[in-house]
Amino acid sequence: MIGFILRRAFWAIPTLIFVSLISFIIIQLPPGDYVTAYAAQLRHGGEYITAVQEEAMRQQMGLNDPVLVQYWRWISDIVLHGDFGHSLEWNAPVSTLIWDRLGLTLAISSLSMLFTWAIAIPVGVYSATRQYSVFDYIFTVFGFLGKGIPDFLLALVLMWISFVYLNLNVGGLFSPEFQTAPWSAAKVVDLLVHLWIPILVLATGGAAGLIRVMRANMLDELGKPYVETAYAQGLSEGQVVWNYPVRVALNPFISTVGWALPALFSGDIITAVVLNLPTTGPLLLKALQMQDMYLAGSFILILSVFTIVGTLVSDVLLAWSDPRIRYA
Amino acid sequence: MTASHSMPAERLLDVEDVHVHFPMREGLVKAVNGVSYHVDKGEVLGIVGESGSGKSITARAIMRLLPRNAREAGGCIRFRPRTGEEFELSALERNSRAVRQVRGRHIGMIFQEPMTALSPVHSIGDQICRTIQLHMGFDRQAARKRAAELLARVRMPRPQQMLDNYPHQLSGGMRQRAMIALAISCDPSLLIADEPTTALDVTTEAQILELLKELQAETGMAIVFITHNFGVVADIADRVAVMYLGRVVETATVDDVFYAPKHPYTKALLNSIPRLGVEQGRRLPTIPGMVPDPFSVPAGCSFNPRCAHAVPGVCDVTAPEQHRFANGQAARCHFAEQLAEAVHA
Amino acid sequence: MTDQALDPVATPAPAAAKENLYTARPWTLVWWRFRKHVLAMISLWFLVILAFMAIFADVVAPYNPFGIERLLTFSQPTAVRIVHNGQLTWPFVYALKRERDPVTARVLYEDDFEKPLPIQFFVSGDEYNLLGLFETDIHLFGVDDRRAKINLLGTDGLGRDVFSRLIHGARVTLSAGLVGVAFAFVLGLTLGSISGYFGGWVDASIQRLMEFIRSVPTIPLWMGLAAALPIAWDPVFVYVLITLILALIGWTHLARVVRGQFFAIRDEDYVMAARLAGASEYRIITKHMLPAMTSYIIAALTLAVPEMILGETALSFLGLGLRPPVVSWGVLLQDAQNLRSISLAPWLLSPGVAVVLTVLAFNFLGDGLRDAADPYGQ
Repeated sequence: MIGFILRRAFWAIPTLIFVSLISFIIIQLPPGDYVTAYAAQLRHGGEYITAVQEEAMRQQMGLNDPVLVQYWRWISDIVLHGDFGHSLEWNAPVSTLIWDRLGLTLAISSLSMLFTWAIAIPVGVYSATRQYSVFDYIFTVFGFLGKGIPDFLLALVLMWISFVYLNLNVGGLFSPEFQTAPWSAAKVVDLLVHLWIPILVLATGGAAGLIRVMRANMLDELGKPYVETAYAQGLSEGQVVWNYPVRVALNPFISTVGWALPALFSGDIITAVVLNLPTTGPLLLKALQMQDMYLAGSFILILSVFTIVGTLVSDVLLAWSDPRIRYA
Repeated sequence: MTASHSMPAERLLDVEDVHVHFPMREGLVKAVNGVSYHVDKGEVLGIVGESGSGKSITARAIMRLLPRNAREAGGCIRFRPRTGEEFELSALERNSRAVRQVRGRHIGMIFQEPMTALSPVHSIGDQICRTIQLHMGFDRQAARKRAAELLARVRMPRPQQMLDNYPHQLSGGMRQRAMIALAISCDPSLLIADEPTTALDVTTEAQILELLKELQAETGMAIVFITHNFGVVADIADRVAVMYLGRVVETATVDDVFYAPKHPYTKALLNSIPRLGVEQGRRLPTIPGMVPDPFSVPAGCSFNPRCAHAVPGVCDVTAPEQHRFANGQAARCHFAEQLAEAVHA
Repeated sequence: MTDQALDPVATPAPAAAKENLYTARPWTLVWWRFRKHVLAMISLWFLVILAFMAIFADVVAPYNPFGIERLLTFSQPTAVRIVHNGQLTWPFVYALKRERDPVTARVLYEDDFEKPLPIQFFVSGDEYNLLGLFETDIHLFGVDDRRAKINLLGTDGLGRDVFSRLIHGARVTLSAGLVGVAFAFVLGLTLGSISGYFGGWVDASIQRLMEFIRSVPTIPLWMGLAAALPIAWDPVFVYVLITLILALIGWTHLARVVRGQFFAIRDEDYVMAARLAGASEYRIITKHMLPAMTSYIIAALTLAVPEMILGETALSFLGLGLRPPVVSWGVLLQDAQNLRSISLAPWLLSPGVAVVLTVLAFNFLGDGLRDAADPYGQ
């Protein structure tokens, strides 16, 4: 088991290098470089620097070095000093901007993942064991709708409904009066009032797909002989279903955790923009629109790293739950 | 048909005129069409038939494990285990408490595919312990001990270690042994073995048959042994029921079936077994035609289009009744008596 | 004995339909199975009609998608009625009266019950160039009145007809989906079949590459790549690049399907039989393997289209994909980004409904195709 984890962790390393390269390429993609952007920003503020000064800055910052050297400098700063570079837009080190937002993103993503599972597993099992029942049809329709409705549209509609019919001012995670207030019971309540829409939106989107996966897996498993064996032992239906086929059907499910995580981050970005949440999404979008590439690249890098770690965790979980993989 | 008359004292299982239908888009399939047989305490009943003859479905009707799309259309199944209480299985719901008490506790079942009949994500020990704990009220420790004993009884090497192994780590024969250990874990009065050796190679098959015979002799449990292989039946069974298209066409002791078959189908089947010592160059007789498709079972005796002795106007008009013989043999054929004489002549 | 064995003793003469079933060609069988799938058939019709509407958008749309109408901003959808003064008549609409809410001073539009305008077909209206062939001004439907308009889905903040914009947007969004899938198909088929055919280290490295791409969160990557495109570029060029970006990430799924099929079929006994019969490698691939795979690939392609459409919509919605003046459903939804405009004019969400319906239709169609393509299915 330990060997398996180590082997998997080892495999994650090239992936990490790959995504860091991609992130760096994205930083480099827009025409011009940091100095051009900096000069443009200064011009905007009414100051000027000469082409010679620009060149000197480039020399000083090493922007004329080969790309690989620059990449090495960037990545080693991150790994060794936690220095993600400098955000032009905010005129601050990137690292000071991202961590609390990342924390919120992670919190919302993992909460919605829990909700997704809490919805998808029982519903999927129910749908499969009561195939073609009324609720099975209802859940199937729900699954299709959830697949067809983009997250941001669901967020928009929910926001609209709660605004027009429930008279709630959603959007954001806190009401204005709590925005900067220190943590208190009232602030937590306020947070919960605001939190349900993003969680609902993210969980519905995810659950719709997972219900279908779970149902299909369960239907496959329910037809297998070992289920009949379990019944032939005199176990009740509940004991049989939850101990045997669900255990097996969960395996492909667990392996999707690794993919659910990037999907959640992705969904979170658009939902967060629509709902105006103080998570990574809106900041990343703004950074991209302003071509604040160090900030954007850092976000993409960190989100990708989370994803890879998520995949690793799901692989380990899978090995833990399925002996066939553990001993393979 | 009703449960009014009581079962004889030596009787363990009584299957009477059981019908199971499957409504399909193409029509109604009468998979089991009036099957009757019985099993006495401690006896081995072999059930022989081609695929689709309804032998497995009947077994599942006994276990109340019919597929969900199956419709039960009458019949009575009664069961009296060694403990003495009597169950009318045919009246019990699929998931009722009483049936769950019978399954695993009084009737054990072995399946055809040892590869897939054990849960891939639980260890052998876990699977056996669960059954023991469920029915015998043992605690975890005692159940594990018993499970190890059971594995030893089915001649598993290193039983203590095997408890923690997973099915995919075992060979086919070992898995079937584990399956047998699971089935006999609560000392059932009856073991239903549904083609337990079909998926195994011949050597392993012989070992498993040997094991079943030993276990049967040790524990005195009865076995219903379902197979399509007459050779296997000859090896293990005391009595034989031959099935064709959802009906039992002939029942007899194993010797009578082999030496004095009374039904043309049994005869034809036996004739089509290759054997040593028959003159060389002779073509092996086969049964003409194919098993009719289940939506259009022939009228009259369902075997009549393939029967060498069929008489037009009789066999293709009325379904034959069961003819009983003095030696306990019974055959569903209009001409069972004449056929019997012809054989003896 | 042999004669008898050949004689289908037990099988009563099968109906002609059954005979047909045994002799039908594979594609006919697929079609028969597909036809039984009601939802998939409905989806197919829906998509065919949508495609026609998109191709002939200029004809179907009653107005120019860019036609600004200052005096008709945020007007609600026009109701098509058939009862005027208690009498059943030819479908008509009422002209709109412009009024101001006395309290909020907001502009309101009300039906002018004095002026019924019958809906007419093939009316002349704005001029356009039909598919680059000839100039014409015929529109499928409209009302014959210079002042009044028929806005089936209302108008936006500049008084542009949302229905016309929706139809024109369908062109861009649908074609972006199809072009994206085409790119992804070429990439996926090439790499997938290379991977499946050669196996070994080639397969392993392509597999790794695919895992890498899959393990990167899609939307941030899309956003990053899309944001890197200069704003000043020609919209058409941006459009091609956006579809390419969608395809660059979307091909992995297709490659997986192709490779999986390749592996599965390579080990099938009938391929082995063909090999034993001395068929050449080329013949095995083209005559034995590809026909078995095409239906699966078509199904996978169909299921990939909605992903692309959703991707385009999301990117454009965020302002990172296509930008005005290009009209796509994602661009149209930008108008519905804030609560104010949605609560004022909920019909601005109609492109979203179009997205949902189209995505669902493609999903149903793909599912139906996949089921129909499975030779062992019911």
